[in-house]
Amino acid sequence: MPEFAVELRNVSKRFPGPSGEIVTAVNDVTMQIRDGEFFSMLGPSGCGKTTSLRMIAGFELPTAGEIYIHDRPMGHTPPYKRPVNTVFQNYALFPHMTIGQNVGFGLEMQGVDPKEIKRRSSEALEMVRLAGYEKRMARQLSGGQQQRVALARALVNHPEVLLLDEPLGALDLKLRKEMQLELKRLQREVGITFVFVTHDQEEALTMSDRVAVMSAGNVLQMGAASEIYEKPNCRFVADFIGETNFLDGVVKAQTGRDVDLELAGGLPCRATADEGSQVVPGQKVTVTMRPEKLGIRPWQGADNIYDGRVEEVVYIGTDTHYTVVLAGDQRLRVREQNDDPYSRPLAGIGDAVKVYCDEVSARVLTE
Amino acid sequence: MAIEQPALRVDAPPRTRWQGILLALPVTLLMTVLLVVPLLIIGVNSFAQRGPDNAIIYNFSLNNYLRLLGIAEPGTWDTLYIGILIRSLWLAFQSTVLVILVGYPLAYFIARAPRRQRNFWLFLVLVPLWTNFVIRVYAWIMILRNQGVLNSLLGWFAGLFGLPFTPLDLYPSDLAVLICMVYEFLPFMILPMFTSLEKIDDSLYEAAADLGANAWHTFWRVTFPLSLPGIVAGTILVFIPVMGTFIVSDILGGRQVILVGNLIQRQFLDARDPVFGSAATIVLMVLTLAVTLYYTRKFGFAEEAFGR
Amino acid sequence: MTRRRSPWLLIVTALVYVFLYAPIIVLIVFSFNASRTNVVFEGVVNQGDCGAFYWFCQLGRNRELVAAARNTFSVAAASTLASTAIGTMAALALQRYKFPGKAYSEVSLYIPIVIPEIVMGVGLLVLYSALFGFINNTFGLTGDNRLSLGLGTVILSHIAFSVPFVALVVRARLQGFDKAVEEAAMDLYANEWTTFWRVTLPIIFPGVMSGALLAFTLSLDDFIITFFTTGPGGTTLPIYVYGLLRRVTTPELNALATVWIVIVFVVLMLSQLAGRRSEAH
Repeated sequence: MPEFAVELRNVSKRFPGPSGEIVTAVNDVTMQIRDGEFFSMLGPSGCGKTTSLRMIAGFELPTAGEIYIHDRPMGHTPPYKRPVNTVFQNYALFPHMTIGQNVGFGLEMQGVDPKEIKRRSSEALEMVRLAGYEKRMARQLSGGQQQRVALARALVNHPEVLLLDEPLGALDLKLRKEMQLELKRLQREVGITFVFVTHDQEEALTMSDRVAVMSAGNVLQMGAASEIYEKPNCRFVADFIGETNFLDGVVKAQTGRDVDLELAGGLPCRATADEGSQVVPGQKVTVTMRPEKLGIRPWQGADNIYDGRVEEVVYIGTDTHYTVVLAGDQRLRVREQNDDPYSRPLAGIGDAVKVYCDEVSARVLTE
Repeated sequence: MAIEQPALRVDAPPRTRWQGILLALPVTLLMTVLLVVPLLIIGVNSFAQRGPDNAIIYNFSLNNYLRLLGIAEPGTWDTLYIGILIRSLWLAFQSTVLVILVGYPLAYFIARAPRRQRNFWLFLVLVPLWTNFVIRVYAWIMILRNQGVLNSLLGWFAGLFGLPFTPLDLYPSDLAVLICMVYEFLPFMILPMFTSLEKIDDSLYEAAADLGANAWHTFWRVTFPLSLPGIVAGTILVFIPVMGTFIVSDILGGRQVILVGNLIQRQFLDARDPVFGSAATIVLMVLTLAVTLYYTRKFGFAEEAFGR
Repeated sequence: MTRRRSPWLLIVTALVYVFLYAPIIVLIVFSFNASRTNVVFEGVVNQGDCGAFYWFCQLGRNRELVAAARNTFSVAAASTLASTAIGTMAALALQRYKFPGKAYSEVSLYIPIVIPEIVMGVGLLVLYSALFGFINNTFGLTGDNRLSLGLGTVILSHIAFSVPFVALVVRARLQGFDKAVEEAAMDLYANEWTTFWRVTLPIIFPGVMSGALLAFTLSLDDFIITFFTTGPGGTTLPIYVYGLLRRVTTPELNALATVWIVIVFVVLMLSQLAGRRSEAH
């Protein structure tokens, strides 16, 4: 029983750029995607996620390394011989065929009996809640509907792996959120491995079992959503996922996993280092704090308390973000929930406040 | 589109290159035999000499070109052929300018008409184009000649007001040729201009108005510059054929109006001086290409106006 | 959306449309002229069996004309078929592949568009003369066996100038083509060949049809190139009309023009309606 649905071993992709130079889109990437999981590749444009997806699909061939699907090396296999199907960013529905013909196309190519094609196509359309749309043409459907047709068209073939290339990008916000949950539900129902590419980190965290964060052709961190969020291993990941405060500091001492530092402006800080991570006194490090872990409401037993002045207040509905300026001209963004039934603001611009932070919420980043 | 689409497939399998070659083979062969080779022959012939009985003697000679320039005989400058060239250029220039002036309002009208009507107005422009070229020239004879429609109408009008009227002597004449040229090529200019004008989003007009521009300013600062690609494309579609025309001048211009096209036609079919005709052909081709290249370089490529 | 349409614009536009259609109207009206010399309109003709349509009936009896018409259509049909096929292949090759000599193919393809037709006509004439002269002399052909200008050379010449236009039109269509659809087909187990026939071709088909229509039109209407490359048996309608113009012009010519205009109008109308109906579905 193959352990991994998809495996990339030392895969690189290089191609000539516009001015003749060599562009490395994917740099020596090794990744294992487990059977039946919802796996996302996340990163900004140009990070190599789409190229990697296309290499799994077979539309690009790796310049180096090998791709395995259920332990079978893909080599130079063309896309039409690979047991994977793709949902394209702009859906790529065949404009000259009906929805039914679109959905049944893959089955037709595999020589399935026409009656069987009809049956399975109807089933697939039902699954994406578009039953009865067989005779319509793609242009008559809305974006969301076209997207579901693309999904049905891929899933009806029972591929070993389903690849999705930013499929929700063209949808408006509400529809996108609906589709995110829909896709998650579908994946659990069907049980197929989904490999999902997106630049929207909230989307990736919402839907995925595991996420690979990529930048400039490299995989920076791979793990469960909570792990990526709570324990980013480098500045890029910490910055890209959610919102983070970064404070520069110098190490004073380390005891076990507790680290004492001095931040700019002479402020003391009690922070936590990752397990097994060693720092030396005098070392320059960065401390990360998630805004929602900070507070301007006083709480007992906070390890770090800082005085500051509110610079900006942004009301988001469920939360309010306060930007507080500390000594040494450092800024902390604090996120407080608006759980006051009377919706009273906690502070206004210019007010003097204190920011409370727990030791565990202050993480030391050595990178 | 996927954001990171790589520009080239450096590892494209070599068999697709063969597919490309095979697909392009028929057209390459066709064009080489029917276009490139003839042009080469003409080029070579233009430097040859005319022998007795219209044979071609392949001795290198610049005589044909010198005759065109009028300096074949030492001491005299025969401006006959240069005159013909200039007359052709002048006609092409006049035609182009007039076609732009006459066609622009129409193109603008259609472009700004309600979307559902546009096809109809365009259709009306295209119908005359689909009738035969020569027949349309004939129609102008009927209109412009001494007892033709135009003079009849004008005479009738003058009669209404009791004014004396002498028929306009329009056929045959230079003017008749020009009028017919403008008529023939109007649709060729209207179409590309329309394509460019149509691409101008309505919101641009609204933005200009919002920023205080009146109709005049809006036209010169917004509409006209954006319609330039269409005008460039149309100019090429008009200028090139007019430069090479000979039928219109033959039919409507009588014996007096001789253009480069007529000259070439006569050398090859009447006077039977193929080497001289070859030289004239080469000159025409080079001239046309030069003007076209200069024009497209200066005003940007007209490819955008072509694509629809 | 309300738009202020300047009255000047409307007046000028109307005038230009009048200018465009005046010759057409004149042609049609005079095809009913009673006067044989057809200089002045002398009332509606009423002669023979067809009455007012006398000149139209005369057309049918004109054997030369009927032959010319037949030639015109056979030339157009033949050259359209060939040039559409060759032009579409060329467009695909140039738009999607890289191969040695591509620049040459591309340039040689587009030359006919940027040179005056007379240059091409003369070139073809020179080529045929040289080629036929050589073949006739080498193989000692005489009489009816001699290769000479005629219908065949006309067809070949028409193909030559039609192909670049077909290629241009099809290529424009290909440029807007979303390759993702082809990738989707391959993703769904169709190999390159199947993808082309089942996906690519149907999608570019309207473009190919436009190209074919363009080639057909160009061929029907061509005068200059036909003029230089035709011979006995290769007379097409435009050549025939030109010949008539140099001789005697009766309203018969107008009748021909009218028939031509009506046919064109009807065909264009039908194609417009057909286009609209396929969009509505």
